[in-house]
Amino acid sequence: MAGAEETGGLSRRKFVTGMLAVLGGTITAVIGLPAVGYLVAPALKRSPTDVWVPLGPVESIPIDQPTLFTFSRAERIGWETTATSYGMYVLRSPDERYRVLSNVCTHLACRVVWKDDPQDYTCPCHDGHFAKDGHVLSGPPPRPLQAVEHKVEEGILYVHLVEA
Amino acid sequence: MVARVYAWLDRRLGLTTIYSTTLDRKVPKVNWAFTLGSATLFLAVMQGVTGIFLTVYYVPHPEQAYDSVNYIMNEVAFGWLIRGVHHWGATLMVVTVFLHMLRTFFYGSYKYPREITWMTGVFLLLVTLGMGFTGYLLPWNQRAYWATTVGTSIAGTVPLVGPLVERILRGGEGLSALTLARFFSAHIWMLPVTLLALVGIHLYLVVRLGISHIPREGE
Ligand code: FES
Repeated sequence: MAGAEETGGLSRRKFVTGMLAVLGGTITAVIGLPAVGYLVAPALKRSPTDVWVPLGPVESIPIDQPTLFTFSRAERIGWETTATSYGMYVLRSPDERYRVLSNVCTHLACRVVWKDDPQDYTCPCHDGHFAKDGHVLSGPPPRPLQAVEHKVEEGILYVHLVEA
Repeated sequence: MVARVYAWLDRRLGLTTIYSTTLDRKVPKVNWAFTLGSATLFLAVMQGVTGIFLTVYYVPHPEQAYDSVNYIMNEVAFGWLIRGVHHWGATLMVVTVFLHMLRTFFYGSYKYPREITWMTGVFLLLVTLGMGFTGYLLPWNQRAYWATTVGTSIAGTVPLVGPLVERILRGGEGLSALTLARFFSAHIWMLPVTLLALVGIHLYLVVRLGISHIPREGE
């Protein structure tokens, strides 16, 4: 019995332990990897978007007054179609230039609202305030409101919706 | 290092005692038929784990149940595998439970002092069948729908209380969203919790009393 240890060979006990470890590791991997894949699969699925969305005729947009435009896009997620809604504030200046700001707060993604008094964008979640041009006035938001690329074609204002 | 951590834990948790009473306990010389209980336990754990995973995507609603199962089968990574194991594991578990019971019966292992082990085993058989019956409806396909129609109608043939039992099982007159929801509840909460409690008693008794030896001639 003591032969293996004395000659420096592998004892039966060591061999069995080693085999069990290898087998156990293999089984864990074979079961574990599919389990993780199963849980994270939908998160890894991306649906890239790159579209120009028409917001409306420019002549109907009030001058020098942030105006909210909303639209939604339907997408099949899982086994259901889910509508995602978007909101953009458009500021039309008297010299026919436009500024489009996403209404998603740069802090933790609540939706900001334009208040005529005191003339700023207010975030209801943690009291963030942004100026008319989008820069941060006060509160926790780290960045100005996201400016959105836009264009005017035949009197219609379009915004560029890009999602990776 | 590992040895010291183990010693620290062992002094507080009594791991060695747990190990020696459950896994190192003395057993008589028996044959392979005595592994059926462990096989059943293994399958039950497997059903629990795969079942929990299935609830990540499954929705017990008449309009979404079928679609969500389809989604699991065709779109989620390894969804076919998880559901496949749950599906076949269920069938296999009923088989092992029956064989386990037959072994216990033919070797007379249900006798004193193991009567309560046998009784909890009988209830475990019923709970296992209940799991199979309630799980069968969940995919909400044609087969599931009609199998449950037939199954609940059979309950309705019992004298006197039958019709009432049938209505209670279905949550009303016919099969509906209520039937699906209550079968789901039974399948993932009521029956598993009952099963867990019964398995606890069953195993406690197996460890406490030890297993019986194979009867000798003249016993
Ligand atoms: S999310 Fe807007 S201030 Fe926190």
